[in-house]
Amino acid sequence: MTENTNGARGLAGLKLVPKTDTPYKAKDFKSGQEVRWCPGCGDYAILAAFQSFLPELGVPRENVVIVSGIGCSSRFPYYLSTYGIHSIHGRAPAIATGLATSRPDLSVWVITGDGDGLSIGGNHLIHALRRNVNINILLFNNRIYGLTKGQYSPTSEAGKITKSSPAGSLDQPFNPVSLALGAEATFVARSVDSDRKHLTSVLRAAADHPGASFVEIYQNCPIFNDDAFEPLKDPGARDARLLRLEHGEPLRAGPDRGVVAGELGGLEVVDTASVGEDRLVRHDAHREDPGYAFALSRLDQPAFEHVPIGVFRDVRRPAYDELVNEQVADARAEQGDGELAALLSGGDTWTVGPDVSDGPTA
Amino acid sequence: MAKQIEQLDRVVIRFAGDSGDGMQLTGDRFTQETASFGNDLSTLPNFPAEIRAPAGTLPGVSSFQLHFADHDIVTPGDAPDVLVAMNPAALKANLADLPRGATVIANTDEFTRRNLAKVGYASDPLTDGTLDAYKVSAVPLTSMTVAALSGSDISKKDAERAKNMFALGLLSWMYNRPTEGTTSFLKSKFAGKPDILAANLTAFQAGWNFGETTEDFAVSYEIRPARLPEGTYRNITGNLATAYGLIAGSRRSGLPLFLGSYPITPASDILHELSRHKNFGVRTFQAEDEIAGVGAALGASFGGALGVTTTSGPGMVLKQEAVGLAVMTELPLVIVDVQRAGPSTGMPTKTEQTDLLMALFGRNGESPLPVVAPSSPADCFATALEAVRLAVTYRTPVVVLSDGYLANGSEPWRIPEVSELPEIEPDLATGPNGPDGAFLPYRRDGETLARPWAVPGTPGLEHRIGGIEKHAETGDISYSPDNHDLMVRTRQAKIDAIARDVPELEVDDPSGEARVLALGWGGTYGSITAAVRRVRRAGGRVAQAHLRHLNPFPANLGEVLRRYDRVVVPEINLGQLSLLLRGRYLVDVIGYNKVRGLPFKAEELAAVLQEVIDRD
Repeated sequence: MTENTNGARGLAGLKLVPKTDTPYKAKDFKSGQEVRWCPGCGDYAILAAFQSFLPELGVPRENVVIVSGIGCSSRFPYYLSTYGIHSIHGRAPAIATGLATSRPDLSVWVITGDGDGLSIGGNHLIHALRRNVNINILLFNNRIYGLTKGQYSPTSEAGKITKSSPAGSLDQPFNPVSLALGAEATFVARSVDSDRKHLTSVLRAAADHPGASFVEIYQNCPIFNDDAFEPLKDPGARDARLLRLEHGEPLRAGPDRGVVAGELGGLEVVDTASVGEDRLVRHDAHREDPGYAFALSRLDQPAFEHVPIGVFRDVRRPAYDELVNEQVADARAEQGDGELAALLSGGDTWTVGPDVSDGPTA
Repeated sequence: MAKQIEQLDRVVIRFAGDSGDGMQLTGDRFTQETASFGNDLSTLPNFPAEIRAPAGTLPGVSSFQLHFADHDIVTPGDAPDVLVAMNPAALKANLADLPRGATVIANTDEFTRRNLAKVGYASDPLTDGTLDAYKVSAVPLTSMTVAALSGSDISKKDAERAKNMFALGLLSWMYNRPTEGTTSFLKSKFAGKPDILAANLTAFQAGWNFGETTEDFAVSYEIRPARLPEGTYRNITGNLATAYGLIAGSRRSGLPLFLGSYPITPASDILHELSRHKNFGVRTFQAEDEIAGVGAALGASFGGALGVTTTSGPGMVLKQEAVGLAVMTELPLVIVDVQRAGPSTGMPTKTEQTDLLMALFGRNGESPLPVVAPSSPADCFATALEAVRLAVTYRTPVVVLSDGYLANGSEPWRIPEVSELPEIEPDLATGPNGPDGAFLPYRRDGETLARPWAVPGTPGLEHRIGGIEKHAETGDISYSPDNHDLMVRTRQAKIDAIARDVPELEVDDPSGEARVLALGWGGTYGSITAAVRRVRRAGGRVAQAHLRHLNPFPANLGEVLRRYDRVVVPEINLGQLSLLLRGRYLVDVIGYNKVRGLPFKAEELAAVLQEVIDRD
């Protein structure tokens, strides 16, 4: 974690948010509302991890806001005892942008899904990321439309048979991490619903990041796309597939394989023995050039062959909301706080005196 | 050389030229000179959407019409008394609007065979008898400008570009305008370009001197200052007045202004203006699209800011889902729709009143909200401020229906004292309002039916809201049939009850005996007023009323409608207000509707009113 004593609990991403000494517990972040996801939904695990993690922020509960769009995941704010707004389909990043820009003292979390964030709201997502608004975007990716009962989503694999694609989907799916990196997001990470420890560590890093952080969370939909991530969860197979990203550590896929630099800036997975330990790439999340992180994000081709999880990219760039507020502060310092009467009577003016004549003009 | 000075009470001048000729700047400068002289005035800029249409062609003609007088006037004038035509295209595009006897000042340098051919003139209209009914002053504006600048170092092209300042100098002489304003304007505009500044000043002075010395112009004219009500005035466009009204709303409510907006003609100037006033705590966000503009504004409102979004028709359509969310979450939001000709892209720079029904009904579900419309460029200030007041007081989105004519047109504005402006009380929630310290986000104020506005950062009031139907007090998700029926009716009742807080509709009927009422809304106020004055001058009796509040209507509207034998409703649409009036009050109003992208002419409306008066 970054050494920054400015923010609550030293988190740089919260440096403008007030601190609290209230010893919150997970239950303090549970709202009274009955949680209504399907039994076995991955959202339960994410909610539990999130509720346990929130006390770590060290900020008052009233300074936390959850903004969501539409979809199963977007019911999230109702289940947290913070401020929350369950908005309209795809627009949560835009709404959060306005909120965070006018209120830098809030910790703002956007909860979205693969349909909400990448299809109807794709435009807002990439623009929030490029602007680097100080918000945390958690994208629950279950690779299916759940709330509308099972159509293919923008992350569904090509050829997927669903109600709306009986002959197989023709769409090339998005890789959400690649997309976020293409938008030059300053913080991009991935985790899995069932790995609470890993998920919590990624949430912590996201909160610590000043500016927009993007976290893709693989989330199982037991009803319409069950076991979509089973290759990454099966204890026998997952270690060879999951590439756990640790800053400064060599990139390994299981005990025998690792990542080396390939041609033209690409990366490839090879038998470590064939090249020697020293040639393994050491993960550098702070590289300014997003090309390396992008190459990392492509290692999952073909599907799930090798899936990096953890923080792909974590670089510093001034946050949009801070810059906006800096301009406001600068304008006030230079011109003084605006005076309404002076504004209204600016420009060329003329004065009409009292009418002393006794009749209309000729 | 002393020349004869003739007194006039009013003049309409139209400057017309190529898009690149600087006609808008020329008109704007003449307007500022006229304003500082103290005339009443009204302007009508008219320009193509293309930034630079092919030079010398009809689609590329840009014009600026100014009506100024020694008395109170309300429109930019039906027809020009003077047309300044910088090229044959400008003459051809505007000739049909000129009454016989009008003056044409034409730049003969541009009346070349090639330019004449471009617009289909087989021979030169300046000499072939086409203009026999007009007073023609043929002036080689371009070559005289170049000659005046022969000693300077600038290129011939730059010298030619100063011809608009020559024309401005000439017209300024003709109408005895004060020139200090233009001189200081040029000095500041070209502060970093001394050569160009010198050229413009020289051209401006040369135009003035030419008028003073040439025998072509034997007479100059004087229009005395108008006797407007006492006060300090400035000239103001509708978009500028809207921006000021929003800032005033922010100051009077103590809420920081957040504008989320996407550039669109003819609304962009509001974004431009507000982005210049950061020292008022104004935050402007140029969004990735119209939806993000309104979404960010609503997010800011949730956080306790004054959320505003500005747009025109095509953007308004895109925003409607988010406006519906504002209706459902009952958060303050101001949506400014500067209407333009539609449907679809329509005619971006031309005016229309065709978004009324969309503002009222263009969302899914029963989705009521207040709608207000300014009646003149200066009235945009008070109307924007009224929108803020309603939005904050009643926790509701409010639509302001401005239009392209109001947005770009200008008139003198009596600058109000800040103390005259309404105070707006945000009354943010600070503590629980329910039993046992509970916070009930939808428990309403008994009088306004407004719900409490609790902003993040307020301890103990944490709550969740959204677009899903909610319980009438707790705000929790509710699918109960009776609760939904109650909430639909309550949202409607809240907006309807605003009628109690809206001034009664005033009727102007000096005779007290009129049997016909002319009723309008929004930007047609000037044309209807001018038409009513004409009818009355001719001895006709007609009453006039004009609606600022389109939803809810003033409480006495039905009674006013029934007071008259006939009600004429002129609109620049196919009868949208008429439809509402007939539906709500069962009064068979007589619509007069034209959608030409231009304001009504007073003469035309006067004839319509007279015809209705004469029916029997």
